[in-house]
Amino acid sequence: MDILVCVKRVPMVGGKVIVTADGQDVDTRMSGFTVSPHEECAVEEAVQITERSGGSVTVLTLGPPEAADQLREMLALGAHRGVLLETDGREWGPVATAAAIAWAVGELGPTPFPLMLLGNEAADTGGYQVGVRVAHSLGRPCVTGIKRLELADGTLRAGREYRGAQEEFEISLPAVVSVKEGINLPRYPSLPGRLRAKRAEITVLRPQWQAEGLRKVGLRVPASSAQRAQVLGQGTDAVPELVRILGEIGVLPAAARSRVGAGGDGAAA
Amino acid sequence: MSGLVLCLLERDGDGAAAGSLRALGLARSLAGADGRLSAVVFGPQPEIAAGGGLPAEVAGAGASELCVVSADGLSGYAPLAWARALSQLVAGEQAVAVVAAASDRGSEVLAHLGALAGLPVAANCISVSPAGAGSWQLVRQRWAGSVLEDAELEAPCALLTVATDALPADEAADGAVAAGAVAAGAVAVRTFVPALEDADLQVCATESAEQSAGVSLATARVVVGGGRGVGGPDGFAALEELAGLLGGVVGVSRVVTSQGWRPHRQQVGQTGTKISPELYLACGISGAIQHMAGCLTAKHIVAVNTDPDAPIISRAEYAVIGDLNEVIPALVTAIREAGGTGG
Repeated sequence: MDILVCVKRVPMVGGKVIVTADGQDVDTRMSGFTVSPHEECAVEEAVQITERSGGSVTVLTLGPPEAADQLREMLALGAHRGVLLETDGREWGPVATAAAIAWAVGELGPTPFPLMLLGNEAADTGGYQVGVRVAHSLGRPCVTGIKRLELADGTLRAGREYRGAQEEFEISLPAVVSVKEGINLPRYPSLPGRLRAKRAEITVLRPQWQAEGLRKVGLRVPASSAQRAQVLGQGTDAVPELVRILGEIGVLPAAARSRVGAGGDGAAA
Repeated sequence: MSGLVLCLLERDGDGAAAGSLRALGLARSLAGADGRLSAVVFGPQPEIAAGGGLPAEVAGAGASELCVVSADGLSGYAPLAWARALSQLVAGEQAVAVVAAASDRGSEVLAHLGALAGLPVAANCISVSPAGAGSWQLVRQRWAGSVLEDAELEAPCALLTVATDALPADEAADGAVAAGAVAAGAVAVRTFVPALEDADLQVCATESAEQSAGVSLATARVVVGGGRGVGGPDGFAALEELAGLLGGVVGVSRVVTSQGWRPHRQQVGQTGTKISPELYLACGISGAIQHMAGCLTAKHIVAVNTDPDAPIISRAEYAVIGDLNEVIPALVTAIREAGGTGG
């Protein structure tokens, strides 16, 4: 089966996120870029399907020319072909992004891509809607939040968590599925994979940007996220103080809380 | 602002889901003190009426009406059918906004509604206020809450999801009361029968009855977290023991699940589970923002880390600077000696 996987280039943020002086973006001068975690799992899932039953994996991204780096990362994981929907670097909203992807599916020729996989939501914008909008544009059914996927005879069984239980969907192909991390454990790229990815030709298309009703005014980091912990001590010397704090918070088992020390029955464990 | 506001209400047993009550709180402020706010719930009406508490619960959260959507063939969760019904309610009654919790279902249904109606969706909002006809100013989460975006929305009908950790459900309800919401019990209950086509019902969920055993990570009162500093899959025994003593569960960082040391269902963070415990004891976790996004609503965070400059130290309330592989076993011993178990 020929599978199309859509990924997004996002900043690789670590312990701290810094917003640029104009408040329009996350400052990436000190960090690199990566692919949203859910999407890396989407690529892994597609590669596993084609390893089992043949076909190809096309990985597509919408972004600036540098987003080709993220396509090559995914090619190194086993995807076969890369497609870059090149932009001038400004942020595309979910409506414009979905329209561009649906348009690109037509441009990529006769390949119908019976299965399209996306990450459930991008790590940065978290919109949770590009997959659904693409599905509507292409007139295909869609399921989201998926953590289990089985394919048999043109039917797809997809499961996700729901309030501590599971819910399952059964839909026919062609379909659009957005997945979440946890559906699989993505592999590390192999050396041959990296070499192949480096040489691979990437198809470049230029979609039309469109305005949408939701406009970013600016970004900021919530004020509450900067404090400094009170250090209770070094190593095991801090344990008595730590026990006292846990008592104060009220999470010690009842017997320990009262310090009766006798142990035995009735202790909450 | 005048005009009808709709709020998708997800159920939790016989009652309303906590995330939906939060969404109702935001929807109430959007509708204004005397605006109409309709809580929209899916399912057969007799079943909902038999549940008893739902009308009073939504009234208490500020709804003026409970709209029960019911149709032939619509028995379980069917995202497109739910969105179709909402789009017919929006069109039929000129609703000015549709609000839902940013849960899997709420987000999915609003995405379908956005696609059906050709409208934008503002996801993960924490506050929204009207800014003239067809115009709103809002604050929404990015990076699962580590970054906030101020945004403007222009649309004939605002489609909004409300971040699941935007504010506690009871505070949302308090806000509703302050806004002059109708008294509990005064809610009108009505039925709406949407016109659905077969294609709307093509994707329909089957729910498994079985609940996962044990304390759930999302609702645990105590979470003992382990990160790279645990050192390998064998290092988690002490954390498990401590979690057991405190009646809690073990949660882990993304690096732990990426290494395959622990299963993904134990991951705390943006791409794992969001937790809200009384105590999060984070051991050997550096505190990347994607991890911290998963514990924004933890009441108390205590960090155990060898690195006094780790980001987690500036996010925690208390810290122990030391090796978790020494500190945690010593803590277990100390709690046992204080009588914390039958050992």
